[in-house]
Amino acid sequence: MRITVVGIGKVGFTVAEVLSKEGHDITVIDRNSSFLQDISGSVDVIGICGSGTDKNILEESNIKECDLLIALTGSDETNLLCCLVAKTMGAKETIARVRSPEYDNDLSLIGDTMGLSMSVNPEREAASEILNILKHPSAKNIDVLANGAIDLISFTVDDRCTMCGKKIKDAFKNPKHHILVCAVRRGNEIYIPDGNFVIQKNDIAAVIAPKDEICDFFKGVGLPYASAKNIMIIGGGRIAHYLAREFDKSRINVTIIEKEPEVAERLSFLFPNTNIICGNGTNRSTLLEEGIAEMDAVVSLTGLDEENIVLSLFAKGLDERIKTIAKVNKTVFHEVMKKLDIGSVVYPKYITANRILRHVRAKHKMVASNLENLYRIIDNEVEALEFRVGENSSLIGQPLCELTIKPNVLIGCIKRDGKIIIPHGDDYIKPNDLVIIITKICGISDIDSIKG
Amino acid sequence: MTNKRMIAYILGILLWLEAAVMLLPCIIGLIYMKADTLSPVGSFIISISILLACGGILLTFKPKDKTIYSRDGFVIVSLGWIAFSLFGALPFTFSGAIPNYLDAVFEAVSGFTTTGASILTDVECLPHSILFWRSFTHWIGGMGVLVFLMAILPLAGGGGDLYLMKAESPGPDVGKLVPRSKNTARILYSLYFGLTLIEFMLLLFGDMDWFAAITHTFGTAGTGGFGIKNDSIASYSSYSQIVITVFMILFGVNFNVFFLLICKKVKEALKSEELRVYLGIIFVSIVLIAINISSIYPDWSFFQIVNKSSFQVASYITTTGFTTTAANDFPNFSRMILLILMCVGACAGSTGGGFKIARIILIFKNAKREIKRLIHPRSVNAITFDGKNVDTDVRHGTNVFFVIYAIITALSFLIVSIDDVDLLSAVSGVVSALNNIGPGFGRLGIECHFAFFSPLSKIIFIFDMLFGRLEIYPMLILFAPLIVGKNGRTFRRRIK
Repeated sequence: MRITVVGIGKVGFTVAEVLSKEGHDITVIDRNSSFLQDISGSVDVIGICGSGTDKNILEESNIKECDLLIALTGSDETNLLCCLVAKTMGAKETIARVRSPEYDNDLSLIGDTMGLSMSVNPEREAASEILNILKHPSAKNIDVLANGAIDLISFTVDDRCTMCGKKIKDAFKNPKHHILVCAVRRGNEIYIPDGNFVIQKNDIAAVIAPKDEICDFFKGVGLPYASAKNIMIIGGGRIAHYLAREFDKSRINVTIIEKEPEVAERLSFLFPNTNIICGNGTNRSTLLEEGIAEMDAVVSLTGLDEENIVLSLFAKGLDERIKTIAKVNKTVFHEVMKKLDIGSVVYPKYITANRILRHVRAKHKMVASNLENLYRIIDNEVEALEFRVGENSSLIGQPLCELTIKPNVLIGCIKRDGKIIIPHGDDYIKPNDLVIIITKICGISDIDSIKG
Repeated sequence: MTNKRMIAYILGILLWLEAAVMLLPCIIGLIYMKADTLSPVGSFIISISILLACGGILLTFKPKDKTIYSRDGFVIVSLGWIAFSLFGALPFTFSGAIPNYLDAVFEAVSGFTTTGASILTDVECLPHSILFWRSFTHWIGGMGVLVFLMAILPLAGGGGDLYLMKAESPGPDVGKLVPRSKNTARILYSLYFGLTLIEFMLLLFGDMDWFAAITHTFGTAGTGGFGIKNDSIASYSSYSQIVITVFMILFGVNFNVFFLLICKKVKEALKSEELRVYLGIIFVSIVLIAINISSIYPDWSFFQIVNKSSFQVASYITTTGFTTTAANDFPNFSRMILLILMCVGACAGSTGGGFKIARIILIFKNAKREIKRLIHPRSVNAITFDGKNVDTDVRHGTNVFFVIYAIITALSFLIVSIDDVDLLSAVSGVVSALNNIGPGFGRLGIECHFAFFSPLSKIIFIFDMLFGRLEIYPMLILFAPLIVGKNGRTFRRRIK
């Protein structure tokens, strides 16, 4: 597909990089020529220097033959205007980043009129991911698959976990559980395990489970399962705003620490049931005074990645059981962060990039194949793909144990008529099933291609 | 960090590529097996085996990490071109056509860099396959070997390919035509191939047989200048000369213009500032030379005069170096114009060499701006090129390029003068080599070959030709340790 990305910030860079690797032709537009130089040195794209709302610049980028324009500049208004101009000039589809909470509510109102295919809101997406994680304190990350019926959860295997040192096929005593371990990270290696794989301490395991069985599962393997009741949020930006909106009417106690008096005041006006503290989130005594040690969860959302990471480490240091979530915008030093015990990390830019990628992949191959959805888990190195099986698929009818499948590919789950099946060797695939594939191979877009 | 494994790996691929392209002269050798008294097929087969063996060894360095940085791009390009020339010289030596290996390297470098300067005194006695190989090196060198490799293989991936392209393609600011480097390379080569094919067909209609047509087409396409006759193009019909004139000018045009034409953006293509200046210079030079020589050759017809002057102008400005007449016998004014045209060179992004029209335009605009600032010290003047603002980096880069270019010319001139040839021969020899033209004036103009220079001068010319074709920086970065000190020194250790 021919894709134009306007605005090469953190998110724009990631989106262009990911899409270019997927084999799309990417044109990037930015006002700042040094950004363009940076990106053309590391990603195979063509850069145009100028404003994305300028007709001439868009013409130069060959907008008439553009299949998708993604506007990711810092300003919502520019993004919307850019999409409007591009659409008028002949771009087939447009995606805008709209992040301010005010516009967010109105978007359903104006989105259709403007011909917007999709809007992305990194902060809201990040907030909903944080909400998921807070519900299951043992989880590092949660993805919701198959229209919300299945969760894909990754968690760290620690001392308390009874799976430790066992083969996967012996790990669950309760046969009622429909659980499948679909990927394991050990150090820097990632495995797609089979039944004989032995789980070790400090592995990061990803499991597929029906939504209502997650608590049971964590209970069964001896990990904490109660959702967080007392939450401290440090930094009162947009993500905190979206979180507070969810929590304000629930029974969960939320404390938000915000440095700027005006912002704090506004939050307290909007969310009267939330405990708003105006103070410096990096001040040790403030944190202790507000009872960080007694919290179930600490969410650090300040503007500085380093601060967030240090806050997570601090909270973990106070009490091992505190669930910590840190927001990280730039991920330059992946290797370092993997070694630190910082609990969960949320990357707004990857969440956005994955959302867009999901949309593009589904659109791109819609005719040829049946990919419905795509998720990237365990630091974006493993993909979970949802396929709708067509009538003519060569996989239909055979028992799974007789199918030969490529190495590093796993059939994770089958959803048939609203029922979730975690497949065993004697299950088989029927037409119209929703099948979830877990794989280390990137770029699979046709379910038949998983055959070995 | 230098990615040594990746450098070795790409060099390995390059050697295999050269082995593959050597099959063509091999086939030509087989066709003319009976006609030629001396058949060099065997020497090509030996060269191919050597290339395969050396390439195979380098290919064992399969890199885990394929990222390359700017510096690696330059190093790959310069080492690649040196290796290509060193191995490309083997058939000349093995076949006995040029027994001295240094001379053979000179001939190969002259071929790949599309210079067309020869050390051979008589080319008509050479076997067909050797003649074909000489001309074919022009065609390969014209658009660049790494660009070709990029079109067929994924090399570094990501943005790394861009560094290779930037290092190999001529021009002050090399960009892409389409988002993917691979597709850009493919478009460039299809344009190149298409134009080559058209010229070949047109020449076949004239008085050339297919062998003469194909070798001269290669010579024109790469703006090289190796012919198969001792008097270059002079003995062919004026139809062939006109076809070659037109195609020399076309191959000296920035290929972006052709791309725009194919995309049906005729208006934008004709708006190109560089194209206009290029055509303007050609027109004015033709008129001036025609007037100047008409007084000397009163018995020539008007058509002859225009034909001769336009052929010479096209040949020198595009840095091809074919001749239809002894330009050395032209009056001084005409010779001076041709010498200046040699330095000016063709458009950026073409197959031609020289300083490049785009850079000249930028330097003039820069000068104008500086002069204006003397009058109005507080004035702000953006420099535009084709309606776009020119980055300060590009502007500074162009100025620096000019300075280095001048220094290299002066130094080469100094070393070549040790030979004690006449001033005009030495100057035109250096200018001719550095700008990839081929013929020169003075003694060079009379004898039409470089054979009489000493080995030291020949080595200097070899480096000049490589410096000229790769536009100085890639070669300079190989010698970086001598210039930039500590940082460069560690770099030299790593390269070894």
